[in-house]
Amino acid sequence: MAHDTEVLVLGGGSTGCGIARDLATRGLGVTLLERGNLTHGTTGRMHGLLHSGGRYAVSDQASARECIEENRVLREIAGHCVEETGGLFVQRPEDPDEYFREKLQGCRECDIPATVLSGAEAREIEPYLTNDIERAIQVPDGAVDPFRLCVANAIDAERHGARIETHAEVIDLLREGDDVYGAVVRHESGPGKQAHARPGTTEEITADYVVNATGAWAGQIGAMADLEIAVRPSKGVMTIMNVRQVDTVINRCRPKGDADIIVPHETTAILGTTDDEVSDPDDYPEEQWEVDLLIDTLSELVPILRDARTIRSFWGVRPLYEPPGTGTEDPTDITRDFFLLDHAERDGVDGMTSIVGGKFTTYRLMAEQISDHVCEKLGVRGSCTTAEEPLPGSENLETLLAGMDDFGLRSPIARRSAKRLGSRSQEVLETDEPNPVICACEGVTRAEIRDAISQSGTDLNGVRIRTRASMGNCQGGFCCHAMANELSPEYEEPAVRAALDELFQERWKGERHALWGEQLSQAMLNYALHATTMNRDRDPAARSSALEGRGEDDGETTAAESIDYGAFDAGRGRSAESARERIADGRADAPSRRRDGGADGD
Amino acid sequence: MAIEDDVLVIGGGLAGVTAALSAAEHGDRVRLISYKQSTLRHASGLIDVLGYAPDRGEGESREGDGRSEGPLSDPFDAIPDLPTGHPYERVGLERVREALLFFDAIVGDAYEGGHTPSNALVPTVSGTVKPTARYPASVAPGLASDARSTLLVGFETMPEFDAPLSAAHLRAADVPFPVRGATISFPGELRDDAKRTRYAHILDWDESVDTGTGAGSAPGRAVLAETIRPHLEREARLGLPAVLGEENTGVVRRDLEERLGVDVFEIPMGPPSLPGMRLEDLLYGALEEHGVRVTTGVPVVGCEASDGGRRVDHVLVDRKGQEVPYRADEYVLATGGLVGKGVRSSRDGVTEPIFDCHVPHPEDRYDWFVDDAFGDQPFARFGVAVDRELRPLDAREKPEFENLRAAGGVLGGYDYAAEKSGSGVSLATGYVAGRRAGKEVRR
Repeated sequence: MAHDTEVLVLGGGSTGCGIARDLATRGLGVTLLERGNLTHGTTGRMHGLLHSGGRYAVSDQASARECIEENRVLREIAGHCVEETGGLFVQRPEDPDEYFREKLQGCRECDIPATVLSGAEAREIEPYLTNDIERAIQVPDGAVDPFRLCVANAIDAERHGARIETHAEVIDLLREGDDVYGAVVRHESGPGKQAHARPGTTEEITADYVVNATGAWAGQIGAMADLEIAVRPSKGVMTIMNVRQVDTVINRCRPKGDADIIVPHETTAILGTTDDEVSDPDDYPEEQWEVDLLIDTLSELVPILRDARTIRSFWGVRPLYEPPGTGTEDPTDITRDFFLLDHAERDGVDGMTSIVGGKFTTYRLMAEQISDHVCEKLGVRGSCTTAEEPLPGSENLETLLAGMDDFGLRSPIARRSAKRLGSRSQEVLETDEPNPVICACEGVTRAEIRDAISQSGTDLNGVRIRTRASMGNCQGGFCCHAMANELSPEYEEPAVRAALDELFQERWKGERHALWGEQLSQAMLNYALHATTMNRDRDPAARSSALEGRGEDDGETTAAESIDYGAFDAGRGRSAESARERIADGRADAPSRRRDGGADGD
Repeated sequence: MAIEDDVLVIGGGLAGVTAALSAAEHGDRVRLISYKQSTLRHASGLIDVLGYAPDRGEGESREGDGRSEGPLSDPFDAIPDLPTGHPYERVGLERVREALLFFDAIVGDAYEGGHTPSNALVPTVSGTVKPTARYPASVAPGLASDARSTLLVGFETMPEFDAPLSAAHLRAADVPFPVRGATISFPGELRDDAKRTRYAHILDWDESVDTGTGAGSAPGRAVLAETIRPHLEREARLGLPAVLGEENTGVVRRDLEERLGVDVFEIPMGPPSLPGMRLEDLLYGALEEHGVRVTTGVPVVGCEASDGGRRVDHVLVDRKGQEVPYRADEYVLATGGLVGKGVRSSRDGVTEPIFDCHVPHPEDRYDWFVDDAFGDQPFARFGVAVDRELRPLDAREKPEFENLRAAGGVLGGYDYAAEKSGSGVSLATGYVAGRRAGKEVRR
């Protein structure tokens, strides 16, 4: 019997999207399942560093070599996702000279361009570096937008016939005997694009081969087919500053340690990170001391960070893995290398391979090796082109900026739109309709929001990661409702409301970790705008919906509990009684009463 | 040499202006000093007094006793039951009523709502309704308890107001009137990201704009009316975003009403808010009328005490880098809350920056918030605690200074966003603080 798809890829992070693109461009039929939006797991929760390999040049030279190679590849195929910031390994007086020498030598051994700068030269590049740094090594680190990169992979996979399903959680694997042949998936709002307020469904998808690319969640997926995969999830905290205190990636040049990197990212700078093993990748503590540790330790490199404004913090979970029996105690010592676990070889169960470990910078290489493996399994020939073919958005980038004047956008909005959209700028921004700015912090216009909606439906977090709207200083306080408005009229009002509530809550989740100083003032302003001006915290429509829901359940009458409009001021010289009568006359005519329009007017 | 006054009010928002006007009633030499643009420009221009009982605080859940769930039809009814320390509890119900009468007298017919003790429900930009006690005349025809059919009209270039969506939301809120929405292109050659004041000015001065029909140009209000006309069916009233002029709102509305034969009302918007700016203009006009000296654009950066720390002797004002003393007998602190920066915070704690008044707050900053964005947020209640004369209290609950009173957002113990009580508290406490300060001077 023919299967629904040739390859079923589980997980919409960088690895899964990379595999989907690779296999689809080799001509295979691919279906990708992701339980949240793309990047929802670990990919969307990283510091945005495009490794030069310098960080691994002492401890893990094989990884370091892969990093510098992939670093060069991504600059070519994903130029619109990469900012070539350069990076510095900075040595403070108390940091060991010996390690500095090892780092330099390691970089050279791994073919990573490395230049030694004096403290003064480093401060010329980054004036906010502390005065007492000794010296620095300059390497080609960069900043990468993991969201944009993942989405570009998914778009290209779709262009080559892949089916990408987000908000589609795998609830079981299909296994018969020693053969895995598909998965059972629960669609949060039915198959296709996310549409809030639409009922969920489940679907069985059969496949010739299943690739488990769920990273830190690989163990949970494996367990569905009675396979044991001992992932060791490790959490790390990242704190986002409201501006770029540095324009270069700043690494602390000392042996492994917490809080040793600052990555400039779009309009912000991201401080990172820590490394603590957790038992459940979905449930771990997010604590104040972790945020304080980042700020206090990194202030040793860049002193103004101590009193600077942070806009939020977030935690990511690394999908670390080591073969059974290795027994490394400290998660920072676990290798960053990746492992391809063919369950046929390992467990005697056919039809599925899991990928664990690995790192974002080398996602493409991992995807290539896994795709090779899958092709071999399926007996398909097809060569990998992902290192040469530019991703959607990165084609002919050099001709792009010249054309940006055509869209009637003011700089810097034009510049920022072009950077995000790359070679898709014209396709997205060319419109006959007015194109006002929706998100002023990040300079995102209506056309870009609508383009993102066409990809992600009512999932406004999906719109956010595609556009950066609501990711600036105000954290969505001033724009998330306007973003939601763009869902109308394609989507009905209850779906728009649910989508807005979800985005608002998501924004608040990270902002909670930045609540002091300017950002606490911002949080109060956001709260005031949404609660005081819009009364969204006491939305009578939310109550009506809840009451309706309850009514269906237990048949209670609920009229007494909705607002008694007749009890309120109807205006000077105007009786509220008429409202009361109208309520009594039957308010149930909601959608149709527009027809009888002014009949009740005076 | 110090600048001398009888009463010095620090802060130029609703509380500060009310305190200054209330002090000036007694004929004293009153000065108001303010730094940045007041938060009035952010506010909707509505005068909320109490929309919801705050009983989800004090350890009670939001589900509480049921009364907290719905809007209060009578804002005064719930005031006697407020918890100790709430600003309304501090000043008492009668002062709240007086303060509203005081406000009514200042603003005259620019505001309505004084004819009834009941709250009104005003349609918001997002399509909810919100309880409020006083509302601009331009908002009056739009009240949700008025059963007349309604058309909302939004502009393509104003993304925060989507009229058809707002109308659908109002229907979901079971409003007792038929409502629908339409989106039009605002006449004239406006940029896609034009400031809201630009729309207002076209209407204020009836600027000539292109008709868009090939018929050349015509006055802006006429073109707007003609653009709206085809969308009107039989609706009795028309709601537009609150950009109907900054200075001539009454004329703009009447002109549109006469042309279209319907009542026209405004829907308050987020910042920058034209109704907020109009209220600011009105209040500053009243300050001038009542002889209050106004110094703007300079920050108060500190104070010097006298009498062994019992009284404020003078405050220091930063004028172009130079610290100039301003001295008065009585001081009113009306610098706002977290938004207005009258209350500041850092990772180390929460402070009041000018007089270093005690601001009660949990030591652990992870106790400053709760995880639900619209939950009972402790930070929303940050501010100084006061005695019944509105004097800020220190950590031992003794007045910080004998001659310092506080009013408005700088006060703690209430969540104006959840209660919808911000303007009412500013009026009531500004009124009481100003009056007390004025009386002390005369004594």
